[in-house]
Amino acid sequence: MSLDTATVRRIASLARIRLEEEEVGRMQAELNGILGWIEQLQAVDTTGIEPMAGGGAVSLRMREDAVTDGGIPDQVLANAPDRMGEYFGVPKVVE
Amino acid sequence: MHPTDFSLRGAIEALNEGLLTSVELTQAHLDGIAALNPRLNAYLTVTAEQALEQARASDARRAEGVAGPLDGIPLAIKDLFCTVGTRTTAGSRILGNFVPPYESTVSGNLLRDGAVFLGKVNLDEFAMGSSNTTSAFGPVENPWSRRNDPDARLVPGGSSGGSAAAVAARLALGATATDTGGSIRQPAAFCGIAGIKPTYGRCSRYGIVAFASSLDQAGPVARTVEDCAILLRSMAGFDPKDSTSADVPVPDFGAACARGVKGLRIGVPKEYRLEGTPPEIAALWEQGLQWLRDQGAETVEISLPHTKYALPTYYIVAPAEASSNLARYDGVRFGLRETAKDGDLKDLYERTRAAGFGPEVKRRIMIGTYVLSAGYYDAYYLKAQKIRALIKRDFDEAFRMVDAIVTPATPSAAFGMDEKQDDPITMYLNDVFTVTANLAGLPGLAVPAGLDGQGLPLGLQVIGRAFDEETVFAVGSAIETAADFRAVPTLRAGA
Repeated sequence: MSLDTATVRRIASLARIRLEEEEVGRMQAELNGILGWIEQLQAVDTTGIEPMAGGGAVSLRMREDAVTDGGIPDQVLANAPDRMGEYFGVPKVVE
Repeated sequence: MHPTDFSLRGAIEALNEGLLTSVELTQAHLDGIAALNPRLNAYLTVTAEQALEQARASDARRAEGVAGPLDGIPLAIKDLFCTVGTRTTAGSRILGNFVPPYESTVSGNLLRDGAVFLGKVNLDEFAMGSSNTTSAFGPVENPWSRRNDPDARLVPGGSSGGSAAAVAARLALGATATDTGGSIRQPAAFCGIAGIKPTYGRCSRYGIVAFASSLDQAGPVARTVEDCAILLRSMAGFDPKDSTSADVPVPDFGAACARGVKGLRIGVPKEYRLEGTPPEIAALWEQGLQWLRDQGAETVEISLPHTKYALPTYYIVAPAEASSNLARYDGVRFGLRETAKDGDLKDLYERTRAAGFGPEVKRRIMIGTYVLSAGYYDAYYLKAQKIRALIKRDFDEAFRMVDAIVTPATPSAAFGMDEKQDDPITMYLNDVFTVTANLAGLPGLAVPAGLDGQGLPLGLQVIGRAFDEETVFAVGSAIETAADFRAVPTLRAGA
């Protein structure tokens, strides 16, 4: 399967990565190279095989539903590019 | 003997015997860093004052008789591990001047055991790479050089290139590293040192900048197999803060190194005999198997039939998880922010991520976004997860017949900084021998075993059953003993 430039732009938008017009062609070629190489997987018979989702065989454990952390707004906000009081600042979203 | 030439174990003994102090040991490493790091670029941040303070406190503890297992030992920390109060970059511009308010569990465990942190070491951006050339802070140079072309600057491998180069150049006694597809074992092999990716779940991932969560594992690199075993014992252990952390006891890995291999059955996977592998690597592999037979092991040919699908499977699973994990870098809560006048929030996200991520990271996020997108999920991601299950099943079946598997660590020795940079897939092939252990969640150890015709180190890999690092260490030590690897890199402290 080969990606066209419109699809490359759509993926970039989904990924929230700004792609300049002159970058589209190169990205398209690189992605198609990688996807073409990956295509060989379609030859593997996976009938009846359960997908392996995690890295370990052990199933995830449950933990007590209790608050174990919090009340540290200064630490949470310490690296914020734009801080307004106890909030992260962003461009105006709602008029 | 120059203090930086001690093995980690040798340094612990020397400290215990009062032959030197941690302050002396730490200062010798800091002097080495000052002399060599401007060229090697292994350290991104050197925490000299903090290191000397930790060393003084360690010497005081030892004087009081309350020294921990790693007390006073100077280490380097891969800049993917969050360290309280010390900038953590992940090798990326997008983290800006991120200073973590918390400590990763693994680095915290090392501090608990008395380690001294010299600083944070370089890596491929977000641990994505096999050459350490994708770092936003410049490449790391391999301290080794080719005998007949000494001016060619070589890569240290990646992504843990700074960790491996620092340890090989005697700028640390050991280092933390991480391995998602080979990022501990490949740089260890390229730099002539040992490194182990433990079983998935052995080390907590808490506080390690995430790349691909179902594949990422932390582990040590050091100059001997036993030094890796000593470090892993401190790094490992159950952590409730990581839901995939395994609640299993941590054995005395150091003791396992002396077990020997008598009676062990060693698997030799026929699918790892790749066309185009340099004859020196094939010969070293055979030599390694002979060393094990000489020490009483039996070698058995085995088949891992889905091996050739491992790399393309990895390049679906890892980018998919990365695209999800890296969604957090949005310019809002931490790190870089790029804006345009009158730009909206989406514009802020897109400009921040365009400016903050390098080309390899962008490529992987794009691939991951595509394979997870509506209409393609089953064809790519689900298919890859099923093939991953088949790769694991291959190993399960093999481990019914053998106790460990021995393979080459890498398909080549270290290459030049300007080589293999044009095509992403050529670079991906570096991990052809290592990536299977990540997909199956198994422990894999790289051990230096010889030199190629150019005088560059080559490594062998030992793969073991899940949570059987002890056998892996025993086999690795047997290879190390027989190989008697004493070669040293051109660039090293105290030389």
